[in-house]
Formats: sequence, C-alpha cells, structure tokens
Amino acid sequence: MLKVRVIPTLLWKQFGLVKGIGFDSWRRVGSVLPAIRVYAAREVDELILVDIAAHQPGNELDFDSIEDLSQDCHIPLTIGGGVRHLDQVSALLRAGADKISINTAAYDCPQLIPQIARRHGVQCIVASVDVRVDDRGNWKCFSHAGTRPTGLYAVKWARQLEAMGAGEILITSIDRDGTMAGYDLGLIETIASAVNIPVIASGGAGSYQHMVDAVVQGGAAAVAAASMFHFTEQTPAGAKRALADAGVPVRWPLDVFGDTS
Amino acid sequence: MIIGIIDYGVGNLGSLAHSLQGHGEVRLLANPLDAIQADRLILPGVGNFSDCALRLHRTGWWSALLDAVLGRYQPLLGICVGMQLLCDLGHEGAEGSDDVGVSGLGLIRGEVRHLSSLGCELRIPHVGWNSVELPSGSTGLFQGIPNGTDFYFVHSYAFDVVDQEDIVATTNYGVLLPVAIRKGLVWGVQFHPEKSSKAGQIFLKNFVLTEVC
Repeated sequence: MLKVRVIPTLLWKQFGLVKGIGFDSWRRVGSVLPAIRVYAAREVDELILVDIAAHQPGNELDFDSIEDLSQDCHIPLTIGGGVRHLDQVSALLRAGADKISINTAAYDCPQLIPQIARRHGVQCIVASVDVRVDDRGNWKCFSHAGTRPTGLYAVKWARQLEAMGAGEILITSIDRDGTMAGYDLGLIETIASAVNIPVIASGGAGSYQHMVDAVVQGGAAAVAAASMFHFTEQTPAGAKRALADAGVPVRWPLDVFGDTS
Repeated sequence: MIIGIIDYGVGNLGSLAHSLQGHGEVRLLANPLDAIQADRLILPGVGNFSDCALRLHRTGWWSALLDAVLGRYQPLLGICVGMQLLCDLGHEGAEGSDDVGVSGLGLIRGEVRHLSSLGCELRIPHVGWNSVELPSGSTGLFQGIPNGTDFYFVHSYAFDVVDQEDIVATTNYGVLLPVAIRKGLVWGVQFHPEKSSKAGQIFLKNFVLTEVC
C-alpha cells in the first residue's frame, strides 16, 4: 500500500536556512547541510528544498552546493526556486535532485513544463502553487515567491498544470504560511478533487492533527511542513505516529519495521 | 570488485555512486569500451523511455550492454527506467498510438505501458513509499529485507512482464505491479534503491556482494 508522506520543507537563502510568516519576515533558522543530514538520518520520507532568493535577478542556482547536499541524502529530494529553463532542470537532476519544483516559470513560460515532461518525464515535475484568498473569498495564485498576483484561480491553474504535464502539485496557502494555525483544508480538498495527480499540502501546519486533517479530510497524498518542525518539539516521526493512529498508512524505517507492522 | 555505473547522460548518478561506496570501486562509465572492466553493471534511468533508449543508441551503450550481458555474462541491474529498458517494447513517447512503440534491449520479455492502461485507477504518477511483496521471501538481492518493506517509487509507466517466473517482487498500486524482475544475470527494479534509505542500501550491497550467477 502506498504510504502518506511527511515532508519537511527547507527554505534556503544564501546558504542559510530560513523561515518566514506569510512569505515575509524571514528569519534564519540554521544551516542547510546539517539540517539535511539530520533529516536524512532520521529517515524522513522526502525533503523539499527551495532557494527563495533564486528568482531574484543575479541570483543564479548553485549547482555545486546542490550536488554536495544530495550526495549523502538517500531519500528523495525535491529542489526548487528560480528554475526557468530546461537546461537548469537537466543540470539539477544531474546534480542529484530527484524532482524539480516549478512555480513562477510555469506562468511566465508555459512551454517549460511540457518540455520537461517530454525530456525527463512527468514524475520529476512538482508544480508549486502559492495561493492567497482574495477579498471575495476566491483562491488566487501568486508568483515570484508570493509577491506578484497572477489573477489566476487556483483550481483552474491546478488543472492546467496537470494538463501541461506536472507530476504532483505542491499547494501552499500564503495566508496560513508560518502561522501554524492549520492548513487551508478547503483549498487542499478542492485542489485534490480537481486533479488526478498527487497533491502535497503545504502552508500552516502547526500540529499533528492538522496533518491528519489534510490527509483524511483534504485528500492530500503528502503533508509538508516547515515551522512546525523548526520551532516546536514536534517531529516527522511523531507526525507519522499520529497519522498511523488515525488509520493513515505511513512508512516506518527498517529498524522499527518489525515492531509496527 | 569494480562497479560500473553507466553514464549515458541521464539521471542523478551522485547518490547512486555514493550508495555503492564501501562495497567496491565505483566507476562512472561514459565510454562503452570500459564496460569490460566492471564486475557489476548498473543501468540507471529517469524520465522518458524513448529518450533514454535514444541516448543508449547514440552513446554506443546499447550494443555494449548486449555484448556485456549476452557475450560476457556480466551481471546487470537496471533501475527505474533502466529496468524498463530491459523490455521488448516501451510505449512511453509513443503516446496515442497503441500499436507503435520504441524497442527495448529485449533482455527480459515484456512491454512497458502506462499505469492507466495496466488498469491502475489511482493517482498517476505513482509517487512515494510503497511496500514490496516478496513471494519467494527475503532471498537473493532481498536478503535481510523483510517482506513488505517500503521502497521509494516515482513512475507513470510499468513493466508488463510476459514470463511470470521472471517476477521477483510485486507492489500493489491499484493493480499488482512487477517491481523487481530477474532473468539469469539481469535484474531490474522499478523502485529507486539509492533513494530508499536503509532498505535500498542493503539491496544495492546485495547486488554487489551476492554471487549472482
């Protein structure tokens, strides 16, 4: 049976690990490499690593450091931030990324996702969608790390991304980001039922119960969290225990496999 | 023990190479003439079947692999699309026309089809950790790995195996998928052992250290 994944999200800015609130007020929370090593040693299901400064002019993707990061990471690694060209995708995959997260470029360059799908397959494309609720209560998409409104409705855009060739959708509520007040369950549920590709819930997780809700109510195939793991005592392993208690299938490391099956 | 990872321009070879360190001398082989050096050959692969097949031809690896396996009996492990390339015919890249396909290496009988045409009605791609069932138990390359252990998958196409005796392990994703196959010295796995944490490390170690003949 396929397991629900618990995914720590690491946001990266000029070699430091950062976390913000509502895609703003970034604070430094540590170094990237040790964080990856710790998570890999604790056998998390997957890691998402996003360079939040890479979309700014002059900040090019740093392939060498990604190569270093992925070397001793024997779990799946999704890399995102500032990916604009097919050549960058190829280079990132070669440097050790398993999947590439595409956000801003999907709006600016509608050919990119179809190109990646043809060249590398849909399974390596995670389409990242950042959403805010507008005055009328509609879910609208934002690009450039949440700074620029695109005017697009989240549901329509998610379906379009699937049609373009996205393999998964990482749906993030900017309103909930960093608040630890819980995922936007309505958003998760709406997107998960609108597409047939796996949906990763992101933005707002603050407790294990939020993750259970995103899966059981929202229909998410995976739950991502940053603040909850950076700033509280809660861990990915604890999240998995809570999910398992709620009847959600999760993966246990080989060591404890015998005790929990 | 020399472990040759075939470097034909696809995929991430770094974590695979790193996974194998300590079990032998790992060499990334770009030149097909170097195949002869290797005690074990690994064919990685991500992405598109027809693109990978084309690259094997262009780089000269296609015939080199056939020579290595059929002529010199060198053990080969195909991973993900590397496994799929062992088939007779792959349908990825030949979408929309069921009767057209791209030839595989023809080392294990079967065709590679989209999960939906194999009867899978779940979300595609199949992404994440899924349990691997071992009908013959924890033997061979699965020695030390309990039945039902989770491995990491990410794929939209799967190997539709002709000879059931070639199937070593299966995984259920709405439909039963052959995820480890073997014919003589040729092995293929749909999951990514290099990304499957401890279980994957044990699997790769077994491929290197087990007498596979």
